[in-house]
Order: sequence, then structure tokens, then C-alpha cells
Amino acid sequence: MTDYLVRLGVPRRLAKLALPVAATLIALLYPLFVGNLFSQFPSTRTAVVMLVYMMMAVGLNIVVGYAGLLDLGYVAFYAMGAYTAAWFSSIQFPNQNFHLWDVGVGSKVPGFHVSVWLLLPLAGILTAIVGVMIGLPTLRLRGDYLAIVTLGFGEIMPQIARNGDNLFGTGFNLTNGPNGITPLDSPGFGTLNYLQGSGTFFTSDRLFYWTALVLLLITIFCSWRLRDSRLGRAWIAIREDETAAAAMGVPLMRTKTWAYATGAFFGGVAGAYYASFKSATFPGDFFFNISVFILCMVILGGMGNIWGVIVGAALLAYLDQAGLADLGNLLNVDAPKYEFGIFGVILLVVMLFRPEGLIPSSRRAAEFHEGVHDEPAYDLDHE
Amino acid sequence: MTTGAIYALVALGYTLVYGILELINFAHGDVFMLGGMISATLATQVFKLDVGGGASKWPLVLLTLLIAMVACGSINASIERIAYRPLRGAPRLAPLITAIGMSFILENIALAWKGPNFVSVPNILPRSEVFHVGQVTYTWNKLTVVLITVPVLIGLVYLVQKTRQGKAMRATAQNADAAAMMGINVDRTISFTFLIAGGLAGAAGLLYALYVTNVRFDQGFQLGLIAFTAAVLGGIGNLPGAVLGAVLIGLIQAFNEGLSWHAPGSDWTQSIVFSILILILVFRPEGLLGERTPEGA
Repeated sequence: MTDYLVRLGVPRRLAKLALPVAATLIALLYPLFVGNLFSQFPSTRTAVVMLVYMMMAVGLNIVVGYAGLLDLGYVAFYAMGAYTAAWFSSIQFPNQNFHLWDVGVGSKVPGFHVSVWLLLPLAGILTAIVGVMIGLPTLRLRGDYLAIVTLGFGEIMPQIARNGDNLFGTGFNLTNGPNGITPLDSPGFGTLNYLQGSGTFFTSDRLFYWTALVLLLITIFCSWRLRDSRLGRAWIAIREDETAAAAMGVPLMRTKTWAYATGAFFGGVAGAYYASFKSATFPGDFFFNISVFILCMVILGGMGNIWGVIVGAALLAYLDQAGLADLGNLLNVDAPKYEFGIFGVILLVVMLFRPEGLIPSSRRAAEFHEGVHDEPAYDLDHE
Repeated sequence: MTTGAIYALVALGYTLVYGILELINFAHGDVFMLGGMISATLATQVFKLDVGGGASKWPLVLLTLLIAMVACGSINASIERIAYRPLRGAPRLAPLITAIGMSFILENIALAWKGPNFVSVPNILPRSEVFHVGQVTYTWNKLTVVLITVPVLIGLVYLVQKTRQGKAMRATAQNADAAAMMGINVDRTISFTFLIAGGLAGAAGLLYALYVTNVRFDQGFQLGLIAFTAAVLGGIGNLPGAVLGAVLIGLIQAFNEGLSWHAPGSDWTQSIVFSILILILVFRPEGLLGERTPEGA
């Protein structure tokens, strides 16, 4: 498409933007014409979930795709974001009474009630801090050990969430245990309440959809600019050859920690937004499966390539939300039951036959086919 | 102790594979789970074993053990063939990702085969008392687990230390290229290692099915992670270390869940095990018995 426009006399700079702009326009108008499409197309509500997963996948892509650190506990960041949103916009802490720009909550209602627009960055920052806390002790480990440690954290977090209604026997109710925290306050502006919607045009689903789209665009923009920044180039250098990167003066620990914090930030924002959308957060939402699910999106789409990751995320999230059930009905099998088996097959087949993913970045593809020198650069004992 | 023995069998599988390929075989826990399923099916449906039944059932239990070991060994070796061998030489993360994929595939095979509920097994092992110390009684079913585990472990040590094949395994673990130059068939040695590791997982699966008396499709992954922790605790790649680590983890779990004082209880078992894993990896990545190597791990 780019070449075609260039031949028509459009400057290359503009022509390169044509495809993303077209995609954004279609996405923007999607809720308006989805009613006229086949019923197999995802509904606006499904599309919101898809957008949230795309955000998480773009976030994870920074850790896995750019910096080459396998993170199997991304769900911990997602959980952290979701619980942050839940704590500060519900009646979870009944002894407090704090209201800040909340929407549709009576001023007598106890608990923290902070506007979601403040909570999204707050959730991101808190999650990034958690990411750094996890990262600092563990990032010096080799890739496969790092994977297993992140997996450990991914298992510990939901357990804290599940047992957090009586934290260590002190009676302090942090997470309301297996019952989860619900309902959450609605996002909104002034009198515009997202959960209720307004009129026939601004329905609740459409409001959530457009907001999610804006968040996703911000995420993509950050991710894209970061990749070409000094930090992003340092990540890619580390991914390709730690020894050479260190020799060139890239501070390994600091750069990796930044990758972790950035990835965690977006995971946290996505988690907080998802929790507000569902108006609930339950510990059962944060299984290891979700980490693998998001990882699967990144790998299927193409590690390191934003567009690939988005396509992968859209595809898998759609399958997860509606596609598998539809497909199963069509073939008369219980497809959702075997969802993760299917994802397992996807992981296996992609890694074996096209490790660079559906839409690879040319650089990553070369690494997979020509091999990289990814032995650890440093001696653990004499750092 | 008893749980520790089962962990030990699974942990050895992780250690063997890690020692030779430096790969965390995520699918190993699920191979173990399949072992449990296979033995449960054989014991209850083919051999019709049940509570009681006298001495005649012991040969059948041993036969089940043998079949489970062979089956799991073959499964594990085929996994290596399909998912890991083509990726030798690819970036380190590639086989790790296929391992996770494989793990999910095995889980779903079990799900398709046995459904989402627990497969229960009758108390085939007698629960009568062997001896007791104070209030604590030690029963036959526990003793059986130990009685099966110990000979298997001795056999393994003999195999690795004394036989020609064991020597080939150790050589490949140290340096695959050099081993190949010395005329060792590296591919076959790796396959053989996976076969042995799978066999151990099969034995563990049988013991788990008979001792805990129920198996479900998603139990392998959890137990696998705990066993992996045990392997890391003892020093990964180190056989006695894996056994030591497994016994320690088994004891920690028993104390945590069994004692009423100062123990957080079974709700937190996983958190405790993973905290141990993280602490070990951060402060002593070579494990309790591991050697200090230049990479530190």
C-alpha cells in the first residue's frame, strides 16, 4: 500500500502513515457499523476486551519482544493493576471516606472513591514499582531462570489475592478473598456515567470501547517511540548479545529493569481499565493460563513487532471471547474446553515453523534464523 | 517423607534433562500426570485392583509400574523429538516456549481422555500400621512408596555412574560437541535421557495415583513446579541434590500443612515453595549441593 501511494505522488513520510491511519479510522467507527455485519464479527463488548488484551500484549512485547526477557508472570502485573483500581474505587475499605472526582457515588458512601482517570496512571505506576521490586533481585539471572522466577511471582500474586481477606491471620481484609471486590465505581465525566451510558448513541459499551481505543493508541505510540529511543535500542542490543552490549557501555541491570517497569506499567493500566469495565475483580481471573495466553499473542503475532503483536492479540482475544465458541458450534465440538490445548499447539507450531511470528520484524526473524549469542554476559558472583 | 519421595522422582527428571540440555522441561509435570492417569486406568479397569485382595495383587502393581514407566518414557522421548530437537541451536527461549506449549497440549489430552473431574483410585495399598512412634503411626501405603522409590533411585545411580550409557550421558552433559567427537551419538543419548526421565515420572505418577488416590488433568503442572523447586534447591543438574531438595520440600510442606502453630497452612503452601525458589535462585543459584560454576548457575 505504501509503495502504491508513493507511485501516486504521495510523499513517503505520509504514505507510511496511510495504513495505520486507515486502521485507526476503521477501529474508531467500528461500533457504528458492527450491527450491519455478520453476527460472527465481535460485538462492541467483545471488542473492548480485545482492546484490553492488545494493550497487555503490547506491554508484554516490550519485555519479551524488545528486551528478550521471557516473562511468565505477566498476570501478576495485570492483577496488581486490577486490584489497585478496585481498592480506590469501591467500598473495600469501609473505615475510610475519601472522594476525588468520583462519578455517581454519593458523598456519604464509605471507602476510597477516586476518579478512574487518576487511577489508571496510579495503577500503572504502582505496578511498575512492583515490577522493579520483582526485577531487581531476579533480572541478573539467566533467561530461563528468570522465566521460572517470574512464573513463581505469577503464582504467588493470585494466592495473596485469594487468601488476602485475612492477611496472615491479622484479620486485615486486603482483597476480600475468593469473593473478589465488586462493584467498582463507574468511570465517567461529570454526569456521564460509563456503566449506564447516555442515550442511544453513547451506550455503555461504545463509551468503554472508544476509551479503550484511545488507551491502546497511547500505548502503541509509547511503545513505538520507545523502540526507536536510546533505551529501546539498548534493549534490542541486550537481546541480541549481552556481552557486546555491556562492552559498548549499556548498563545491563538498569536497562533490563526499565524494560520490566515499562512492561509492568502498561499491564497495570490495562488491568485497572479491565477491572473498571467489568466492575469487579476476582482472584480467579489471574491464573498462569492468562500469562501464557498473552505470551501466545506476542509470539503468534511476531515478537518485537508492534503491528504483529496487535494482530496476534486481536485474533487470540477474539477466539477466547467468542470465536472458539462460534467455531465449536459450527463443527459441533466443545472447542472452548480445549482452548489452552489449542494455544499450546499454536505455540508449538509457531516456534517450530515460523519462530518470528505471523508479521515479524525483519531483525527478529534474522536472529531466529541465523542464531544469536545469548549466553549470559556476566559472572553472578563477581558483579 | 512420602510426598518427598514422589517429588524426588519428578525432580530427578527435571535435573537429568536440565543437566544435559540446560532446558527446563515444563512438560515434565504433565508427563507425570499422564503417568498417574495411565496407572489409574490400568489398575482399576484392566487389572481390576481394589481394596484388599491379598498378596496376589503385588505382581500386578509392579506390572502397572513397569507399563507406566515405559509409556511415560516413550511420551517424554517423543516430546523431545517433536518439540525440542528441531530447536537445538535456536535462541534459548525458543525451546522453553515450546515446552510450555507441550505442557498445555498434554493437559488437554488428559482433559479429553478423562474429563475435568478427579479420576479416583481405590485404596489399593493397604493402610494397616507398620509401626508407630508416640501418636504418629506409619502405615503400609507410605512404606510402599518408599520401598518402590529407593530401588528406582539406586538403579538410576547405577545407570548413570557405572554403565556405558551413563558415561555417555555425563559426557554429553559436560560438552555435547566434544562428546560427539569422541564417537558418542548425542541425539540418541539425549533421547535416552528423556526416556529415563519420563520413566521416573511414570513411576512417580503410579505412586501418586495409589497414595493420594485421585488424579486430575491439571495437577501435573503444579506438582511439576514444586518438584522443579526441589531440583533447584538441591542444585540443578545434581542427582543427590534433587533427592535432598525433594525431601526437604516434602518436609516443609508437611510442617506447613500439618502443624497448627506458627504455620500459615495449606492455603499458602505454593507461596512458600515459590518464595524458597526465588530466594534460592537469587542468593545461591547453584543450590545446596551444586558446584560453583562460572555462570553461577
